[in-house]
Amino acid sequence: MSTIYHWPLLSLLTWLPVGGGVLVMLVGDSRASLARWLALALALAAFGLSVPLYLGFDAGSAALQFQEHASWVPSLHADYHLGVDGIALPLIMLTTFSTVLVLIAGWTVIEKRPSQYFAAFLIMEGLMVGVFSAADALLFYVFWEAMLIPMFIIIGIWGGARRVYATIKFFLYTFLGSVLMLVALIYLYLKAGSYDLDSFYKLPLTLHEQMLIFLAFFAAFAVKVPMVPVHTWLPDAHVEAPTGGSVILAAIMLKMGGYGFLRFSLPITPDASRELDWLVIGLSLLAVVYIGLVALAQTDMKKLIAYSSIAHMGFVTLGCFVGFEIVAMTGSSQGATLGLSGAMVQMISHGLVSGALFLCVGVLYDRLHTREIGAYGGVINTMPVFGAFMVLFAMANAGLPGTSGFVGEFLVVLASFRANFWYAFLAATTLILGAAYTLWLVKRVVFGEVANEGVAGLKDLNGREALVLGILAVAVLALGVYPKPLTDVMEPTLQHLVQLMSVSKA
Amino acid sequence: MMQNVLLAIVLAPLVAALLAGLAGRLIGRAGAHSVTILGVATSFVLSLWVFKAQVWGGAPTFNEPVYTWLVTDGIRMQIGFLIDHLTVLMMVVVTFVSLMVHIYTIGYMHDDDGYQRFFAYISLFTFAMLTLVMSNNFLQLFFGWEAVGVVSYLLIGFWFKRPTAIFANLKAFLVNRVGDFGFLLGIAGVVYFTGSLDYQTAFHFAPLIAASHFTLFEGQTWNAMSVICICLFIGAMGKSAQVPLHVWLPDSMEGPTPISALIHAATMVTAGIFMVARMSPLFELSPTALSFVIVIGATTALFMGFLGIVNNDIKRVVAYSTLSQLGYMTVALGASAYGAGIFHLMTHAFFKALLFLAAGSVIIAMHHEQDMRRMGGLRKHLPITYWTSLIGALALIGFPGFSGFFSKDALIEAVAGSHIPGARYAEFCVTAGVYITALYTFRMIFMTFHGEERMDAHTREHLHESPWVVTVPLVLLAIPSVAIGWLTVGPVLFGDFFHGAIIVHPANDVLHEMAGEFHGPLSFTLRAFTGLPIYLAAAGVASAWFLYLKRPDIPATLRLRLAPLYRVLDNKYGFDWVNENVIASGSRSLGRLFFRVGDQFLIDGALVNGSARTVGWLAAVTRHVQSGYLYHYAFAMIIGLSALLAYMLLGH
Repeated sequence: MSTIYHWPLLSLLTWLPVGGGVLVMLVGDSRASLARWLALALALAAFGLSVPLYLGFDAGSAALQFQEHASWVPSLHADYHLGVDGIALPLIMLTTFSTVLVLIAGWTVIEKRPSQYFAAFLIMEGLMVGVFSAADALLFYVFWEAMLIPMFIIIGIWGGARRVYATIKFFLYTFLGSVLMLVALIYLYLKAGSYDLDSFYKLPLTLHEQMLIFLAFFAAFAVKVPMVPVHTWLPDAHVEAPTGGSVILAAIMLKMGGYGFLRFSLPITPDASRELDWLVIGLSLLAVVYIGLVALAQTDMKKLIAYSSIAHMGFVTLGCFVGFEIVAMTGSSQGATLGLSGAMVQMISHGLVSGALFLCVGVLYDRLHTREIGAYGGVINTMPVFGAFMVLFAMANAGLPGTSGFVGEFLVVLASFRANFWYAFLAATTLILGAAYTLWLVKRVVFGEVANEGVAGLKDLNGREALVLGILAVAVLALGVYPKPLTDVMEPTLQHLVQLMSVSKA
Repeated sequence: MMQNVLLAIVLAPLVAALLAGLAGRLIGRAGAHSVTILGVATSFVLSLWVFKAQVWGGAPTFNEPVYTWLVTDGIRMQIGFLIDHLTVLMMVVVTFVSLMVHIYTIGYMHDDDGYQRFFAYISLFTFAMLTLVMSNNFLQLFFGWEAVGVVSYLLIGFWFKRPTAIFANLKAFLVNRVGDFGFLLGIAGVVYFTGSLDYQTAFHFAPLIAASHFTLFEGQTWNAMSVICICLFIGAMGKSAQVPLHVWLPDSMEGPTPISALIHAATMVTAGIFMVARMSPLFELSPTALSFVIVIGATTALFMGFLGIVNNDIKRVVAYSTLSQLGYMTVALGASAYGAGIFHLMTHAFFKALLFLAAGSVIIAMHHEQDMRRMGGLRKHLPITYWTSLIGALALIGFPGFSGFFSKDALIEAVAGSHIPGARYAEFCVTAGVYITALYTFRMIFMTFHGEERMDAHTREHLHESPWVVTVPLVLLAIPSVAIGWLTVGPVLFGDFFHGAIIVHPANDVLHEMAGEFHGPLSFTLRAFTGLPIYLAAAGVASAWFLYLKRPDIPATLRLRLAPLYRVLDNKYGFDWVNENVIASGSRSLGRLFFRVGDQFLIDGALVNGSARTVGWLAAVTRHVQSGYLYHYAFAMIIGLSALLAYMLLGH
């Protein structure tokens, strides 16, 4: 067993799904059943391979682990360099975990070109793992951009009626940000002489340089998170995406933004991050309050959950940047790690909870083919098991202690209080707003008398649906009751990051 | 050993709840109620054992972690138990009332389709409440705090087909969340100053917090302890339904009656009172917070009592009474008489649970009619319910010798002895409240059990006393409603019962002063005849008798004469109106406005699609350059050539 730790696990996790995806595509739609089982086997294998990654991870160290290093483009000094630390590891686990669930959830629901559907998710899985494990900026960028393609295809082919508008909006928004990031990366390469991330961390930069680089990064990451005001692609993309696409979008893609802040902005441009923290914190709090109110106004279930995602991701960006204000207010970095931990846990939790909520909406959509809240009512009368799951995930979304949704928000509020009472005050409004929009949704959809004949004819969850939601429910509760296994692996990396953030590079 | 017992106390109801909830269909109705009753009974018996070990056995305070939730940034967040005399008292009260309610439920929910689900919920509630009271840290306190809120949400909305029920449960949850919002900020403040979530550390650093200041607004500094304590108390205001966060409690009566007794009278709503008492080492250091507490409590005590007088729904009258009594407890906290607050919490838990369950028994007999105007004369038909109700009512109004008498009289005396700003207002409110309490309580008794029978013939024919599963809990609750005050007033209130669990600043310690004059329950009772409250209570009963039995025409006339006042009371001072029309609907409108103007018009309309349109327009314009006509290109070349020439000639 111990030899498995010497395998090139990260390469396997990246290329097994990508290669497997191609294979699944070759199997073809005529042998859909084979394609499904093959895809599931591959996804399970990838998840299985990510387990030793966790078990073999040295939680006492902040260093990159499971490193793989090979020359890639010698003329550009770009290497094939992979590795994981406490930030990347949980996100990789989340990726392999969600992919399995998404494949099961789409099992027989997808009738159009099923093998290509499954292939797209597998390929995307590999590319996303690539993003999280790349330790070379150019390699990172390649994965980062490549990852857009399967998602573009997933929404564009299996999406809803306005899918073309949504895909183009999604693509242009994210691409515009990414191009600016590429400019910044090239600049850094020219200064550092290599694309290795570590060389970027060590590179001294004037404040002016840092500001420009920070803003270029910010364009890329803020769109991905997404932050107000560059968030409007997300509700459209979610609404048009098929259920599986929404799940991956919410669970993993949005995390790319938070990951980018942690991996690039904070350690590469610490001084600019400190200078511009007000911008990020302001937009984060705006996301919590403004988006929370906007979510109340939604009449489409998916849009509502999409807006809820934006509000929840506000905690991620707040947790990332509040450390600078803590230092400014208290003169000590005590509390900065708390904020970062909160941001990380919030990312993982949001992946599980919003993924689960999108699956719940998918369950209803598959039956009645509408996402309008008004078309439902009293669903629990005909779907009691579904109702129970929906209430559980709604509570998790409202940040109920004992579910994963609480952990991140709690830590970020604790950290924000150290910086400024009013930050904590505004952040904590999520307790009210989050409960308001989520439970109001539950009231209108789940509770009440059977609203119409459509609802009267609903069939409760089948075994496959119950399995997927059940697994997520266990994960959400486990993480809420005992988050230590998660935070323990992150802690040294985050403390190391706080050190990088506190040392001036200018 | 102790830790395992404590774990068993907490987990037995949880396991039972999971069995009844997840395997309800498998184990059937009898299985569900057996397993949950077994679970709660286990907790009750073990709680008694722990109580005995602590109170008589002299076991030391137990304060140990169970497991570490997470560690980050040097803060170790743990789950653990703190068992002292305050805790054991709460544990016994909670598990006893819960056990009674479990048994009662067999009768009350007999015909309900959600039988198993109901048992699962009330057992889950018991688990959550025990988690809350047994905690040794703010984290677990908050866990229990929110968990009881969720179960309350599920139970108020138990009959999820009723629009009123699912409105009420959403309202209850959201109003509680407003309180939790404050509570969370308070906890964050504690962590900020002490770097820990443990009570012990927090209390240890309390003087340091009290010496610190916050700048909340430019140029204004606030004492840190006051800010933290007021934030924490806002949490208590939500859970313990203090004005203005009381609005959810009357509506919570939409839930089945057993939970009104358990959650919305005896246990959950007292969580706020318990929490403040637990935090006495913090609150004692902030006179500002204590004043805030006493004023809020006094307002709740008196003004919610008024509402009990005009309501005709038997459960809602009891609910307003609960609000008022919670106000009494809060007043005691504000007067630093934490012991009196907890003592009233305990007596109230018994007699109010009793009153609710008795009201439930009436409701069963009346075929789910709750309007007292259609009752009357039920005394003959429901003898056990009548007598137990009467006992509950006498305890509630403070009839000498009954449990409520001791707790309320001591409480009023403590307030009179307090010198905190706001104490005089509170003293007036709680004293006047005695009359009001007696008036609404006996109005209810008279309208329900005495006078002419106003129900329709069909209902009258079918009137009968409830089955034993309903009446036995009534009797078992009636016993402590009578006797618990007499038995425990000496040790609990004036003795050193809470030693160490409640810390009172010597200058504020009114109970200690009163203890000097305490010479046993009998003399305490006799001495009450020299005070005002007892006569106010008598006057209240007499007024109720005169107005609702002797001259029932007078209330009707009064209602007409005092129409404006009546309207204010009937509209419950307008809180609901403001909440629904200003706050709730305002937020929705604001959300819609932000969505339409911010997201749709500005960002998507102007920025996103606007830039797309601009690009399109630019493309359309530049397209004209490539027209395909040779003379256009030739013309452009001539212009370009001449410009170039001009530049070269004139430029040098």
